[in-house]
Amino acid sequence: MDYTATQSGFRQQPNMRLRNTSVDGPGDSQLFEDTSGAASGAQAGYSNQPAVPQAAGFPAQSILSDPMSNLAMAYGSSLASQGREMVDKNLDRFIPISKLKYYFAVDTVYVGKKLGLLVFPYMHENWEVSYQQDTPVAPRFDVNAPDLYIPAMGFITYVLVAGLALGTQNKFSPELLGVQASSALVWLIMEVLAVLLSLYLVTVNTDLTTIDLLAFSGYKYVGMIIGVVAGLMFGRPAYYLSLLWCCVAIFVFMIRTLRLKLLSEAAAEGRLVRGTRNQLRMYLTMSIAAAQPIFMYWLTYHLIR
Amino acid sequence: RRIHNMAFTLYSLIQAAILCVNAVAVLHEERFLSKIGWGVDQSVGGFGDEPGIKVQLMTLVRSVRTVMRVPLIAVNSVCIVLLLLFG
Repeated sequence: MDYTATQSGFRQQPNMRLRNTSVDGPGDSQLFEDTSGAASGAQAGYSNQPAVPQAAGFPAQSILSDPMSNLAMAYGSSLASQGREMVDKNLDRFIPISKLKYYFAVDTVYVGKKLGLLVFPYMHENWEVSYQQDTPVAPRFDVNAPDLYIPAMGFITYVLVAGLALGTQNKFSPELLGVQASSALVWLIMEVLAVLLSLYLVTVNTDLTTIDLLAFSGYKYVGMIIGVVAGLMFGRPAYYLSLLWCCVAIFVFMIRTLRLKLLSEAAAEGRLVRGTRNQLRMYLTMSIAAAQPIFMYWLTYHLIR
Repeated sequence: RRIHNMAFTLYSLIQAAILCVNAVAVLHEERFLSKIGWGVDQSVGGFGDEPGIKVQLMTLVRSVRTVMRVPLIAVNSVCIVLLLLFG
């Protein structure tokens, strides 16, 4: 009996350690300090479950003490954990889950600060994402870090608000929600693809990933929602006023954020750098930022009567 | 209904992407690309200096032509069958 417990414990210990290091990475405890510990604890409980409680005191004791079944159980559990590891690894290759985790490591204070920054970016001084040992700090510790929580929630809210706005015009039908979502998603993908293509053409060497671009282009939903809600409550002039305010705010936000990522070091600090390359990058930054208001108007103007 | 006219769905995005890739893949190396100065031999750049926009575009066109040739056959035939059945 003792032998079973120690053996199974021995078999699963390295597995767990391997999983924790390979999938979650060492920085994970810093990202999700409260949830990650609980998750790994639960996982440990889960993987020990087949071996320990049954071995502790069940009528199946006599079967378990049989060496053949011991072997079979160990073999089976190792097979199962191997399979899970393989699934995790392959899933991680196609969808970078461990990377996506970083973009959702937010808390209430961060979301509040970021929303404030998106609406009023003029007083913010330091726009640089802070790094800790070559990895960017999680959004909850740094308001400048890009996250996907606000874009995702903004997208869903935009679709719902669009449905509400169409409902006030007596044009609502359930499939219109799907049409709105699909259309907004397509424009988002088009924008990201266009930015990716132009980044490739201008040969910017930057640390911006596709997910970063997705996050940055998703921040405009906040302004769109504010505009549409204001328009629903106070009529068309309020829609134009609030959308104008949000457009200017997001223009400033995008320029200040992307400038640090796209321009070279010296140009980002404000010194003048000669050369067509830097000029091209500056135009690229400007046009990415200038595309935001166009998208914001294009995706909302039909919602306001 | 104005909404339905402006709606630009995922389906049309996929169609547009397939058409664009087809358009790039159909460009002929000797008959077209080399005549407007986009051939293989014209793209020689030094090792150290950063490539310009034109060189990048040429690289992109050549990569698409090389990589997508075989998959495009399959994708196009699936498209044709789908459009014949439902389109």
